[in-house]
Amino acid sequence: MITLIKLSSASLLSLSTLLLAAAPQDATKLDPSLKGAVKIDGSSTVYPITEAVAEEFNKVAGKVRVTVGISGTGGGFKRFCAGEIDIADASRPIKKAESELAAKSKIEYVELPVAYDGLTIVVNPKNTWCSALTVDQVKKIYSASATAKTWKDVDASWPNTAIKVYSPGTDSGTFDYFKEVTVGKDGSIRSDMSVSEDDNVLVRGVAGDENAIGFFGCAYYFENKDQVKALAIGNGAAAVLPTVETIESGSYAPFSRPLFIYVNKASAAKPEVAAFIAFYLEQAPELVSEVGYVKLPKEISTKVAANWMNRRTGTQFTKPTGEAVTGSLATVYE
Amino acid sequence: MSTHRSIASRLWHDRTFLWACLIAANIAMLVLAVLIISIFWQGFGTLSWSFITHFASRKPAEAGIRAPLMGSIWVCSICALTALPLGIATAVFLEEFAKKSRFTRIIQTNIMNLAGVPSIVYGILGLTAFARMFGAFGTNLDTAITFGNQESLFYFRLPFGSSVLAGGLTLMLVILPVIIIATQESLRSVPSSLRAGAMALGATRWQTVWCITLPAAIPGIMTGAILAMSRAIGESAPILVLGGLLLVFNTPENLMSDFAILPLQIYHWAGKPQQVFHYLAGSAIIIQLVVLLIFNGIAVLIRQKLQKPLQ
Repeated sequence: MITLIKLSSASLLSLSTLLLAAAPQDATKLDPSLKGAVKIDGSSTVYPITEAVAEEFNKVAGKVRVTVGISGTGGGFKRFCAGEIDIADASRPIKKAESELAAKSKIEYVELPVAYDGLTIVVNPKNTWCSALTVDQVKKIYSASATAKTWKDVDASWPNTAIKVYSPGTDSGTFDYFKEVTVGKDGSIRSDMSVSEDDNVLVRGVAGDENAIGFFGCAYYFENKDQVKALAIGNGAAAVLPTVETIESGSYAPFSRPLFIYVNKASAAKPEVAAFIAFYLEQAPELVSEVGYVKLPKEISTKVAANWMNRRTGTQFTKPTGEAVTGSLATVYE
Repeated sequence: MSTHRSIASRLWHDRTFLWACLIAANIAMLVLAVLIISIFWQGFGTLSWSFITHFASRKPAEAGIRAPLMGSIWVCSICALTALPLGIATAVFLEEFAKKSRFTRIIQTNIMNLAGVPSIVYGILGLTAFARMFGAFGTNLDTAITFGNQESLFYFRLPFGSSVLAGGLTLMLVILPVIIIATQESLRSVPSSLRAGAMALGATRWQTVWCITLPAAIPGIMTGAILAMSRAIGESAPILVLGGLLLVFNTPENLMSDFAILPLQIYHWAGKPQQVFHYLAGSAIIIQLVVLLIFNGIAVLIRQKLQKPLQ
C-alpha cells in the first residue's frame, strides 16, 4: 500500500509538471525494478495508441509484462467484465448492458478518454463539384430510407451520375459511430454499398472512382491525403474540414469521437498497473499524434488526470436512469 | 451416337483428356506461383535477421516478429503433440476395434460434421472449456489453483487462461476431425489380407494394429497430418476469440505463457494505412511459409522412417 501511495503521488507530480510546462518528458524516474503484468484487450482502433504507449513503457520498465490484444471493443468489454484483463481499450463508451455485467461480477472501473478519432468523409480528388456536405446530405446518401442514387439527388446542380458508396464493415466501431450520428440508433444504413473491413480497400476504391464516396478514421485519411479528398461537414453552421485543430476543438462535429481506456479499479491498486496508466496519460498527447489520432484538449486531459487520481468510478455516458448520454466530450465529460 | 468409333476418334479423345488434365493442373500451379512470387516480391526486401529477433514495434524499421513466431511454434507444437495421438487413436478404435453399431455410426457422422464447423466456433468452445474452464476455477486475474513460479518452466494453473496451452488445445479441436478422417481412410486402404494373415499367425489385435496395420497406413496418416497442420498454423479466428495477443514483449517460457501468433500479426500489418507495413506483412508470410515447411518436413521425415514396404 505504501508503494502505491508513493507511486500515485509521483505520477501526480509528473502529471502536474507536464500540464504546467506542456513539455512531455520521458518518465525515466519510473522504478526499473517494477514487476508484474498488465493485461489489455479491446478495440483495434485504440490499439495503435496503446501499442505505442506499451512499447515506450517497455523501454523504461522492461520487467513489467504488458500484453495487448485486439478482440474488439465488445469482445474487450466482455473479458473486462469477466475480470480477465486489467484494461479495456474502447472506441465507444461502455454500454448499459456491459456496465451491468461489470456490476454483477463486482468490477468497478475508471473511465478515461485518451484521444479523438475524426471520421473523415472522402471523395475522389477528381470530384470537382462536391467539397462540403451537410449532415442531412450525408444522411441522404447513406440512409436506407432516403437513398440518393445519383449526385444530382443530393444537390440539383451536381452531375446526374450514380454515387458509388463505400463503407467500413458493419460490425466495426467506426460503422456503429457513423450510423449513430447520421441515421440514429434505430435507423438503418443502405445495404447496396461496397463494404470492406480493410480501410485500405476503401481508400483504393474511392481513389479509383470519380463518383465514389466513403468514410473511415482520420488516421487513414492523414496517411492518404494525396489519394482522396476530405469533405468539409456542415452541421448547422459553416462547413468544417477535418484537421487536427478542428477535431481537437470539437468544431468538426458530429463526426469526431472520443477513444477510451477502462481500468479495473482493483487492478489499479497494483503498482505496475498504476504506473502504466500514469505513463499512458503522460505520454498520450505526444504518442496519439504520432500514430495519427488527435490529442485531447488540455481542459479535458486535466479532468481525465484528476479523475484517475481520484479513481472516479463508473461511466459518465449512461445516466443513472439507464439512458445513454449524447453530445461531445467537451460538454459531457467532467 | 456411334457405337463403333474409329481408332482415330478414340485416340483423339484420349489426347484431349490428357490435355484437359494438364491445363487444369497448370492453372493450379500458376495461381500458386503467382501468389508466392508476389509475396516474395513484396516481402523479401524487408526480410532480415533483426526482423526475426525483434519484438513488435509501431516503427516499421524496428518491428519484428519474435513474439508471434515463437508463439506460433509453441501453439502448433502443442497442437500437433495432442491432436496426432488423440486423432490416430480415435481412428484406430473406430476402424479396428469398435463393432459397427448405432453408437459408432453416430460418432462417425458427428466427426464428419465437425470437420465442416467454422473454426471460430471452436474458438468459443476453447474459450469456455480451456481458457475459462466454465468459470469453475475463478478468473484469469484471480486464479484458483497455481503450481510453481510464473517464470519457471513448470508453472501451471487452473484455469488455463489465454495461454499457449489453451491455444494449442483449441487448435487441436479444429484439426482433430481432419486427422481422424484421414487416418480412417488410410486404415481402410490397408488390405484386409494383411490383418487376416497376422491374425492367422496368432498375433493379438494389438500386435496386428501396432506392427502391421499402422505402419502400412503411415503414409496416409502423415498426409492427413500435413494438411491438418497447414490449417492449424494459418488459423487466426479461434485464437482471436480465445484472447490471443498482438503485442507481447516476451516469448513463451511455459505452458501458461501469453502468446501472439503469426496470422494475427500478418492480418494486423496488412490492414495498416502505411504501405511499408504491407511489406512487413509479406515478410511475415514468408517466415510463416518456412515454419509450415519445417513442420511438414518433420511429417515427411516420420513417414520415411516408419514406412514399411508392403510385401
